[in-house]
Amino acid sequence: MPTLRWYTFDERSGAFAQAAQDCGAEIGVRVELALLPADADQQREQLVRRLAAGDRTIDVIAMDVIWTAEFARAGWILPWRGEVAARAREGRLTATVDSATYAGGLWAAPFTTNAQLLWYRTDRVPAPPATWDEMIDRAESLGPGGRIQAQGERYEGLTVFFTSLLASAGGAVLSPDGEAVQLEPGPARRALGVLARLATSSAADPALSTSREDQARLAFEAGHSAFMLNYSFVWASAQRNAPEVAAHMGWARWPAVEPGERSRVTVGGVNLGIGAHSRHPELAFRVAACIASERQQRLAAERAGLPPSIEALYDAPTVRAAMPFADLLRDTLRDAVQRPQTPVYYDVSLAISRTLHPLHAIEPARDAERLRELLGRALRSEGLF
Amino acid sequence: MLAVTAVPITYALWLSLFRYDLRFPDERHFVGLGNYLSVLASPVWWQALANTLIITVTSVALELVLGFALALLMHRALFARRIVRTAILVPYAIITVVAALAWRFAFDPVTGFVDGLLGLERAWLGERLPAFIVIVLAEVWKTTPFVALLLLAGLTLVPRELLAAARVDGAGALARFRHVTLPLMKPAILVALLFRTLDAFRVFDTVFVLTRGALDTETVSIVGYNALIARLNLGLGSAVAVLIFVCVVAIALAYLKAFGTPLGRPAR
Repeated sequence: MPTLRWYTFDERSGAFAQAAQDCGAEIGVRVELALLPADADQQREQLVRRLAAGDRTIDVIAMDVIWTAEFARAGWILPWRGEVAARAREGRLTATVDSATYAGGLWAAPFTTNAQLLWYRTDRVPAPPATWDEMIDRAESLGPGGRIQAQGERYEGLTVFFTSLLASAGGAVLSPDGEAVQLEPGPARRALGVLARLATSSAADPALSTSREDQARLAFEAGHSAFMLNYSFVWASAQRNAPEVAAHMGWARWPAVEPGERSRVTVGGVNLGIGAHSRHPELAFRVAACIASERQQRLAAERAGLPPSIEALYDAPTVRAAMPFADLLRDTLRDAVQRPQTPVYYDVSLAISRTLHPLHAIEPARDAERLRELLGRALRSEGLF
Repeated sequence: MLAVTAVPITYALWLSLFRYDLRFPDERHFVGLGNYLSVLASPVWWQALANTLIITVTSVALELVLGFALALLMHRALFARRIVRTAILVPYAIITVVAALAWRFAFDPVTGFVDGLLGLERAWLGERLPAFIVIVLAEVWKTTPFVALLLLAGLTLVPRELLAAARVDGAGALARFRHVTLPLMKPAILVALLFRTLDAFRVFDTVFVLTRGALDTETVSIVGYNALIARLNLGLGSAVAVLIFVCVVAIALAYLKAFGTPLGRPAR
């Protein structure tokens, strides 16, 4: 019986291990988990070195959505075509299919997805704010218990933050084909203005410039905050670690930038790609399709709280029990945007996080120009970041 | 030596002359010194070089002073010698990444104890100067024992008779230290300074763990890492690596020239 290796981050609830076992049995192979670090940047570093060296033991890869263009362009993963591609697309949220698409083709099967929501304290705020300005005003008026938790460290999360603000202001980092810098001056300045206002506000956490998703979660659980922008894992975490906070934890759509407009946040999540040097590509496609199937997505949602890419699962009672915010998340995902889809995504992301960090030093007009220049160099692979 | 040193260095030199990006394997072509021009024209490189020099100079200076104090302490310790020496060496035995994480947690405003101790609410790693202070302190804490150990070896080489003779001649403690101990220890000091300077110049893990190079604390090694490992731009990254190598050689030559003592021959 052939053995296939699935390279993935260590999913602690056991849902992925179960999927490996189920799908191995179904297809008649042994599926072995090859565990990668928790940090997405480090997962990629380990994977790309193996892929570039032609490692033949990489069969299925749990890919962060931002790797699609890079891996596809470098020839490290195989395209999904015909019947398997049609099945991988079927019933999936559009944003998740788009995240696995590069140059018109499908390069991975959408598996789990994610998007940020606004989490707030229902005992301090009667109704969730609709816009960023409203939220910052509100938080400032609350005083000590009114902090806003967000991601301000110089890393990928800052790129996510900026991309969501820019999209909510009606802009985009790159042109749709990923070949040119778009960064419309109006929306860019507006998005940078929100970041600067947040960072210099009394409601910002003093540790904003070193804060990631997990620091934000911990700080919110400590109880001094009224608002947090974060992914849905914070819900289950608060239930376990801080029941007294969880009892007053509400959720709402990520705040809009302009009043009357809807916010548009970036999509995250995991797609399943097939290693280009795999010894068993046919079997790998079948295993990946099985892992991305409705049954396994349901299991991942119930056990691990990983939101499914299959739209209909948001109506399943067991999924809704694990994610009481399912309707809001689905609505958010329907409007979600992609981070720049380009093979040089890492250069682009470094250019963004480097220009914007630390947030409190942002000057919107000046930094919109600096960002435009640096992004241009990133697309041409020039210079250092 | 040929296999582990000459070959990799030559290969890096060769790679640095190409546009070679792992993400675009089919676009590999010769660009001459293009990568070097790209690096040297980039403000990021010069900023990182300045940051690296700041960290190197401050941490090595502090380590030399503290290391000397510790070496004298270890040399003079009359009782519990073994315990004193072991205690001093503990930080050096800790893996740099682990030590850096410990410093990071200690200075964290939420989970750390430093703010509580000082009665502050400050994000040390969120501002440039405090971040530099934490980086330098972490480096000094970690490697002072190494300097102390090398200096201790130098101290034990100073003949007791010579010191006794100087004492008979009427030299005070300070004069004996300046005119007898220090000159005889010159080779040991040179070795300690050289090793530490070269090490400090290539500092990576401490900075990577504490700030990831944010807030303008980036060192040349982190710039190289970003180009080579994160961006997979082998040509550009190799150019950075070669430039770091050139800097290291320059530092070593400068030391040898400044001290004027070839290694191994004691000064007169």
